Amino acid sequence: MSKIAEVNLKKLRPYGDIMDDGTIQLAFTLPVEATPEAREAAVLLTQKMGFDQIKVATMEKAANGFAFFVIYARLKHTVDFTQIKVLKVDAQKRSREEIDELIRTRIGRKLVVLGACTGYDAHTVGIDAIINMKGFAGDYGLERYQWLDARNLGAQVQNEDLLKLAIQEKADAILVSKVVSQHNIHIRDLKELIQRAEKMGLKDQLIFVAGGPRVTHPMALECGFDAGFSVGTKPSDVASYIVEEYLRRQSSQKPQENAKVTAVSGKGKKRGGAK
Amino acid sequence: MAHLTLDPALIEQCRKFASSIAKPIDALIQTHTTVAIERAVLRLLGVEGAVEQGGQWFPEVNIIVEDLRRENALGQGVLHWFINGMIQTRMTPTELAKATATRKINLLKLPRAPETEVQKIALAQCKAARDHLVAEREKRDQIRKETGDQFVPDGSQGPLIYVIVATGNIFEDVIQAQAAAQAGAHAIAVIRSTAQSLLDFVPHGATTEGFGGTYATQENFRIMRKALDEEGRRLGRYIRLTNYCSGLCMPEIAALGAMERLDFLLNDAMYGILFRDINMKRTLIDQHFSRRIIALSRIIIHTGEDNYLTTADAFENGHQVLASQFINERFALNAQMTEDLMGLGHAQEMDPEHPNVFLYEIARAQMTRDIFPQSPIKFMPPTRHKCGDIFYSHLMDAMFNFVGVLTNQSIQLLGMATEAMHTPLLQDRWMSIKNARYIFNGAHDLGKEIEFKKGGVIESFAAKVLEDTFEHLKMIEKKGLFKAIEGRAFAEVSRTETGGKGYDGVLLRAPNYLNPFFDLLK
Repeated sequence: MSKIAEVNLKKLRPYGDIMDDGTIQLAFTLPVEATPEAREAAVLLTQKMGFDQIKVATMEKAANGFAFFVIYARLKHTVDFTQIKVLKVDAQKRSREEIDELIRTRIGRKLVVLGACTGYDAHTVGIDAIINMKGFAGDYGLERYQWLDARNLGAQVQNEDLLKLAIQEKADAILVSKVVSQHNIHIRDLKELIQRAEKMGLKDQLIFVAGGPRVTHPMALECGFDAGFSVGTKPSDVASYIVEEYLRRQSSQKPQENAKVTAVSGKGKKRGGAK
Repeated sequence: MAHLTLDPALIEQCRKFASSIAKPIDALIQTHTTVAIERAVLRLLGVEGAVEQGGQWFPEVNIIVEDLRRENALGQGVLHWFINGMIQTRMTPTELAKATATRKINLLKLPRAPETEVQKIALAQCKAARDHLVAEREKRDQIRKETGDQFVPDGSQGPLIYVIVATGNIFEDVIQAQAAAQAGAHAIAVIRSTAQSLLDFVPHGATTEGFGGTYATQENFRIMRKALDEEGRRLGRYIRLTNYCSGLCMPEIAALGAMERLDFLLNDAMYGILFRDINMKRTLIDQHFSRRIIALSRIIIHTGEDNYLTTADAFENGHQVLASQFINERFALNAQMTEDLMGLGHAQEMDPEHPNVFLYEIARAQMTRDIFPQSPIKFMPPTRHKCGDIFYSHLMDAMFNFVGVLTNQSIQLLGMATEAMHTPLLQDRWMSIKNARYIFNGAHDLGKEIEFKKGGVIESFAAKVLEDTFEHLKMIEKKGLFKAIEGRAFAEVSRTETGGKGYDGVLLRAPNYLNPFFDLLK
């Protein structure tokens, strides 16, 4: 018999070093001088957040008129873990070889994927990690896939141009990376892309994938995208999703998709063979 | 100070390649001008007004220059028309600019004064403008003296602490900048609003909204300069101000930076081409005139080679960084800049999980120090491999600070634990400065106490990067810079000679092109 309390999933609380101790660390700045009154204000605010056993680990003068706090406290609240539902990207994780094999056998042509940082966003680190040959954390980028024709369009691609290119290149999926999120510009840009796509009748023709540090799957869905990926996503996560989603759509509208396959297979492949 | 043993003949040969790479570009520079250079000329004469167009303030210099370009009259230089206008209307530059921009006067329809008179007045106006720049430079030097400035460009006193502010609101930026100075920062960079580099005009007035940063405007420069001067006096420590002299308005920003006493400008000969898809001729012509202003005002430039390491693998692309540094150095020398003004950039961006990663980072940093001993080299922090684990990120920054102080980097752009999450909070910057002060103090003289093992991992890696750089520059010299960039010589990006933004703003100079600044800025 265990002498340690078991986790109570109906009443889940943070863990410090003893089950159910509710320990949390907080760090914040108050725009006042670091005085005993400032310390008291920090404690009162922490109480209002639903904590007790509040310990101010440090109060530092970060600048004139600014006090920085590190606080440890016990959270009074709990959540029922058993009732939690989260929208997740629906795809089985596959390796590059498995994905290539799946496309070769089930689709029989390269899937065309266009990636870009849209609007005025100039931060290509995300899209580069997913598309460029090199990849990310040892997971090769989409350019490396034999059965993907993946192109990184880089930074500051306008939504309009991206969609035009998608038609021209008969793209199957569009990857949009958004890094800058000040004033929610990323959400505005993502929504605008989908609105344009709807007007152009492209919304259901393409798989729309968003990515970025402030992007989540539910948020991407809300913007009208088909999936959203956040920090830590590997190229194979994205590729797994694209191929699975493509196959899902293919099986639900077989006749049209077959037509598309025939049409597309006629076009000469610019980047034939292994890359 | 420990040094690496690197082949001096190989370094010399790299510099020779850079010199011959820059030669054909020099011919281009001598025979062309751009809309941005002509706008900068007017700004140097003190034209800073703006006209409201559809609810937005649009600079007078843009309207004047654009009108001349549309009539194919800009090849003679804006001064050819503007100075004649001053003679004919007896107006000051400011008055004439306003009258022209509001289209009350058409510079092309005025009677012509004798060319010798136009040239004489142009020279006098430009001399006065130059004298103003010199006076501002001396004022800046005086404030530095009064506040006991300790900065040494060669890094021998340890790295200068450089942080960014990026709230989008210049008044909020002031609060953040002053707080950073109080915490120990020596230099503040006001990050520009995303994509300002692609605007073909400089926004006007004090601004309170931006994306990922704050617009660079003349008024914003003034507001921040004043705030930092005041804070510097309070602290008894000179606080440097930095902004971005890149993009389609590069020469204008140089002019504004010089007039408003900025200390540092981010200015790279090739950054715009590679990372902003600005036309290569435009960028290379613009960078030269920018750097002529910068040379006179003795502003330190920061080049952007760190960007090569964020887009391409840092382990494999050290030679691109070094090759680009040699090229940037040569273009700066050609613009009459001295080595102590060349903040050649690089970064610590290798995969943190690579075995012995610090040996290679130290090798690259020390190599940069040893190849450019007089230059205020700028070391940029890890960004590429950072994620939301702020504790791990803070540790990465600590190691970055350690490498910086060990290898005598001159300017250390501090990393932020919250990199990749948001623009820095006040507390993020405070924590980061505390981190740097701890390490810069604790390891201040470590570099003097060690030496690098002959033929060891560090020295061999640096030697390999230098050899690769030699080969890379040799290839670029053979192909020519334009073709080499087209062939992805840098950052795996390909650009063409006539592609990119701003190409239509490049103009052939007419035989009677008038711009005395080319003779005066030295």
